[in-house]
Amino acid sequence: MSNKNIDNDRIVSHLYKNAETIAQRVVINDPGKVSYSDKIDNIITSKIFGYPIMLGLLALIFWITIEGANTPSALLSTIFFSFQDILTDWFTAINAPVWLHGVLVLGLYRTVVWVISVMLPPMAIFFPLFTILEDLGYLPRVAFNLDSLFRKAQACGKQSLTMCMGFGCNAAGVVSCRIIDSPREKLIAVLTNNFVPCNGRFPTLIVIGTIFGAGMLAQGYRSFAVAGIITLLILVGVGTTFVVSWLLSKTFLKGETSSLILELPPYRAPKIGSIIYRSIIDRTLFVLRRAIFVAAPAGIVTWILANYYVGDSSILAHTANFLQPFAKIFGLDGYILMAFILGLPANEIVLPILLMSYLSTGFMIEVESLLDLGNILIANGWTWLTAINVMLFSILHWPCGTTLLTILKETGSKKWTLLAFLIPTLTAFTVCFIVTQFVYFLGLS
Amino acid sequence: MHKECRHKILSEHFGIFAKPNQVIVALAGNPNVGKSTVFNALTGLRQHTGNWPGKTVDNAQGSFSIKDKNFLLIDLPGTYSLFAHTIEEEIARDFICFGQPDVTLIVLDATSLERNLNLALQIMEVTSNIVVCINLIDEARKKKIIIDFPALEAELGVPVVATAARLGIGLKELKNVIYKLASGEIKPTPYRVSYSEEIEQAISQLLPHIDNLDVEKLFAPRWLALRLLDGDENFLKKISLHMDMYYSQRHTWEVELAL
Repeated sequence: MSNKNIDNDRIVSHLYKNAETIAQRVVINDPGKVSYSDKIDNIITSKIFGYPIMLGLLALIFWITIEGANTPSALLSTIFFSFQDILTDWFTAINAPVWLHGVLVLGLYRTVVWVISVMLPPMAIFFPLFTILEDLGYLPRVAFNLDSLFRKAQACGKQSLTMCMGFGCNAAGVVSCRIIDSPREKLIAVLTNNFVPCNGRFPTLIVIGTIFGAGMLAQGYRSFAVAGIITLLILVGVGTTFVVSWLLSKTFLKGETSSLILELPPYRAPKIGSIIYRSIIDRTLFVLRRAIFVAAPAGIVTWILANYYVGDSSILAHTANFLQPFAKIFGLDGYILMAFILGLPANEIVLPILLMSYLSTGFMIEVESLLDLGNILIANGWTWLTAINVMLFSILHWPCGTTLLTILKETGSKKWTLLAFLIPTLTAFTVCFIVTQFVYFLGLS
Repeated sequence: MHKECRHKILSEHFGIFAKPNQVIVALAGNPNVGKSTVFNALTGLRQHTGNWPGKTVDNAQGSFSIKDKNFLLIDLPGTYSLFAHTIEEEIARDFICFGQPDVTLIVLDATSLERNLNLALQIMEVTSNIVVCINLIDEARKKKIIIDFPALEAELGVPVVATAARLGIGLKELKNVIYKLASGEIKPTPYRVSYSEEIEQAISQLLPHIDNLDVEKLFAPRWLALRLLDGDENFLKKISLHMDMYYSQRHTWEVELAL
């Protein structure tokens, strides 16, 4: 009975072949769009070109996003930070207490502004590009291409569609798992959705990738290198998804794989209006609004933690020092780990919190360019190994609060929600541990 | 005995209460092929909607008469294949395999015949009392698709009717053919899907064992052999339970052992 799935596949493929033969004999004339769509599909879903095209498109989207987002990001932050100076002047003019200026301007305003200037431009480019692919009808083809891999992991091919949603927002990705009919495969998709970096984590990846990937190539090719790094990281996430899905179906979620029938819709010319509406209103502004709502209080809390002194150092520094030895094993530092923990409500604020923590320790630099940012990080002891670990940790670590709540709602079970927290957490620590110890062992860093 | 048992299964498992002489017609097809239009065109206002027992899936039944016969048409959920993996597909599959409809009417989309034929071929392995209705021929004409209907009928070995149900085209002919099939005037000999030598060999090895079970009245032996080969255990259990209902004997698992 061990070969039953193969037999099922073979039976199905013979049925299809028979249907094809009959159709070819009786359909005398079948012109038009169908064959045109079929011809494209023969290339896009072929065994040879399927994966390279998929990877290429992914890398291209990242490249356009990074290349296009640089200038507007810099512009936005220049504008916002010069306005910060004006705000400071106002506060001084009305003789506001120092702590009020700190909480509202250095805490709230600076974090919110940072989130907007770093996140808005890439989102405003990435989401429309992604929506174009969606509108063209490319995404079902991705599901089709990946189905055989998912089957090997004993999961459902539709999981790739939920992962695509996860690129936007993991909570949305978890909700979209409803399209998977088998409860077992649906749970696998829910539990692994987090391994796709959502839009809240992209900026972290892009920024760190840009700072540390930039050294590799000359100025002109920088964005290629960064796009490559991010594509690689996505592959790490996708690879982890496969491994974890496979492990889950061998342990907690044993069972049969169901076959997948996907109706590949004909290719359509995308509608510009609906793309702009869906990507800007439905996605970009939605995600941005959420980020700001979380970032604002988080900015205040972080500023207070960083400026409230117990003994000779701030609460923030105490906590970071406490976490330091533990974090060190995984190639991170106490501040990074704390930023990830404080970032539980939303991943968007991890990097702002981290920077604020570093800045509050004495380096009061205006962050106007990525180069300044890089200098801050290096001054705080970052190496390329730290950068790699932060990026890996960012992709693999626990889901954000919203996603966890969504998982609780969708599965209706605290047990699965807990598992959805534990699996990525353990994965992130394990991977960072192995990478760090391996590099230490080789004496590379 | 056989009829009574079918009556019991229809009412208990599928919530279908047919009058004693009513001819039961199952209406199957892929989603979005105009199945409901065909259903409405055939039954008019004499329909009754509800749910399948214990499921949240819509169920529509309607009756119509042709000459001296009264027919009960059961609209099955749209499905791409009989390899069920959704509740809808499971209902459609179970009804076709266990409900023993007198006639199975398969609606196919003329604009994508190849994809639609898969379902038809699969149903043709289960039963031979089939009418194939090629719907949406108006759409196909718009797309300049030309189908050789006599050739298709010859290939499939079952009656084929071309319709555009929305426009009322071909419905008279469809009713005519359903009547002829129900009254035994037409005896279809469905196309037999040819598998690879390996699978065919496995089938012929299984067939003697299946013949011993004496279940031809319920299942086509070749179809049963294929199900044993593809090894969907849940479905096999259902098949076995179904056999038990008819024969009240526990010999059915012998097939499993024979493997």
